[in-house]
Amino acid sequence: MSDITKQSLTELVENIKNKKLSSTEVTKAFIDRSEKSEELNAYITNDFTSAVDKAKKFDQKPNLDLKLPGIPMAVKDLFCTKNIKTTAGSKILNNFVPTYESTVTENIWNEGAILLGKLNCDEFAMGSSNETSFFGNVQNPIDKDLVPGGSSGGSASAVAGQLTPITIGTDTGGSIRQPASFTGIVGLKPTYGSCSRYGIVAFASSLDQAGPMGQNVKDCALLHEVISSYDPKDSTSIDFKRNHFSKELTNNIKGKKIGIPKEYRVDGMPKEIEDLWQKGIQYIKDCGAETIDISLPNTSYALPTYYIVAPAEASSNLARYDGVKYGFRAKGENLIDMYEKTRSEGFGTEVQRRIMIGTYVLSSGYYDAYYLKAQKVRKLIKNDFDDVYKKIDAILTPSAPSSAFKIGEKTNDPVSMYLNDIFTVPVNLAGLPAISIPAGHDSNGYPLGLQIIGKAFDEQNILNIAYAMEEKINFKNKITDWWIK
Amino acid sequence: MSIDLKTIKHISKLARISVDEQRAEKLAGDLNSIFDFIEKLNELKTDNVEPLTSVAETTLKLRSDEVKSKNIREQIIKNSPQDNEDYFVVPKVIE
Repeated sequence: MSDITKQSLTELVENIKNKKLSSTEVTKAFIDRSEKSEELNAYITNDFTSAVDKAKKFDQKPNLDLKLPGIPMAVKDLFCTKNIKTTAGSKILNNFVPTYESTVTENIWNEGAILLGKLNCDEFAMGSSNETSFFGNVQNPIDKDLVPGGSSGGSASAVAGQLTPITIGTDTGGSIRQPASFTGIVGLKPTYGSCSRYGIVAFASSLDQAGPMGQNVKDCALLHEVISSYDPKDSTSIDFKRNHFSKELTNNIKGKKIGIPKEYRVDGMPKEIEDLWQKGIQYIKDCGAETIDISLPNTSYALPTYYIVAPAEASSNLARYDGVKYGFRAKGENLIDMYEKTRSEGFGTEVQRRIMIGTYVLSSGYYDAYYLKAQKVRKLIKNDFDDVYKKIDAILTPSAPSSAFKIGEKTNDPVSMYLNDIFTVPVNLAGLPAISIPAGHDSNGYPLGLQIIGKAFDEQNILNIAYAMEEKINFKNKITDWWIK
Repeated sequence: MSIDLKTIKHISKLARISVDEQRAEKLAGDLNSIFDFIEKLNELKTDNVEPLTSVAETTLKLRSDEVKSKNIREQIIKNSPQDNEDYFVVPKVIE
């Protein structure tokens, strides 16, 4: 059975379609490994018993025309799942059982996949190390006491640790790509408007996007094909013709022009990251594509802009948690006291900090100086990308300024934690797609990722570039199963 | 710029999050270091820049105004911390 969990999504789909494996065998194998992997703390809620029932039911009358036939899958606990507790990693939603399903997960189940459980994440997706979750730290399968990145830390840990064949995360400022980089897996953040936000617990609505996290590029292409859809229930969902990403996947990227932005060479970046980037440039050339030096002059303003825009939207989105209609309620002497105590006891430190920042920048007298200013700078950042995309097809950068760090290393300094997202945040501000692929190891043997940024709606192109590079890089994740006794 | 305790109290009231003295001091320190970092934006001249409100270059679609979900009161009330089966219940607001 142990071999089953090592297989990629593509292999599992093929084996189920050829009847070499049943859904029940596959589902049980992942449940077995998940049960032995409690120390990773990747799950918040499991649904193993019904998963086996669903797999047996699938095997009785298998529909092998589906894209994910009988494939078990755990998902980030930010997606509402009907009748299954959905917490967003927060105490305030610890008792919340949605009465509806998110569009993205519904698309997945409609193609035959089976829910294994809900994966740990930073509280309301606010964090870069999964340390803000009410349900505790997640361990990185790469090494003990190493963060898996965040906010989709449980998702990254579960894929790298082979507790699920593939998963979905959400990315507001890097929450798919940075944990993918920290755990040696592939993560795709799609174009804003490509995947429906309906039923995803909202953090910053102008930035949030769901996307696949998997062992390889082809797996991510297949899942992206399933989750990307036009949805009238999300007013910013965009109606455009979507590719058959996995079918159209090609490693032929000859003649493509890839930009190398000089502003991503930041002060204090470890030499290992610079070396990795240079290696990436060489791989691009080996694939027959061309690299071009480019400039994105406003890059250094992206992170300060993000830390106005995202908290502002969060403070507004999280106003709904008042202890009245759902979630945790604290006892109060009167209505206002109840609100204030509910939110003080129900939200964790980082979430409160961001609500406070957001409330401040939107408050009377400060709106123009902060929020409006940030929206203007956001325009400049988007203009930078629009300008360079007149002459290039995609951009290559490192995914994160470091490899995974130790649990507790950055929790006392919010700004140093925020700097983790320095290479990923500009993409969200401009609404672009980007993919992180594992590209090498640092001196500790920890994985390092490279990011390919595309034009809006050009996911096929960055998937192709990633696919071609993946073949050249031939990355092997060093998973020792240290947590299995 | 500097965010003092009085400002923290004011924001916490707007945000409806009760904050005790100890927490307020910690928050003031955190917010000051975050805003020091944010101040970098003042280096940029943006007088003639249009603010970006959405990256989705699309206009909202029109749809007919019809009721799609019916009789979902039970579902709506299902997750409430306190209710009387018909309504959400909150602490008394009128004497």
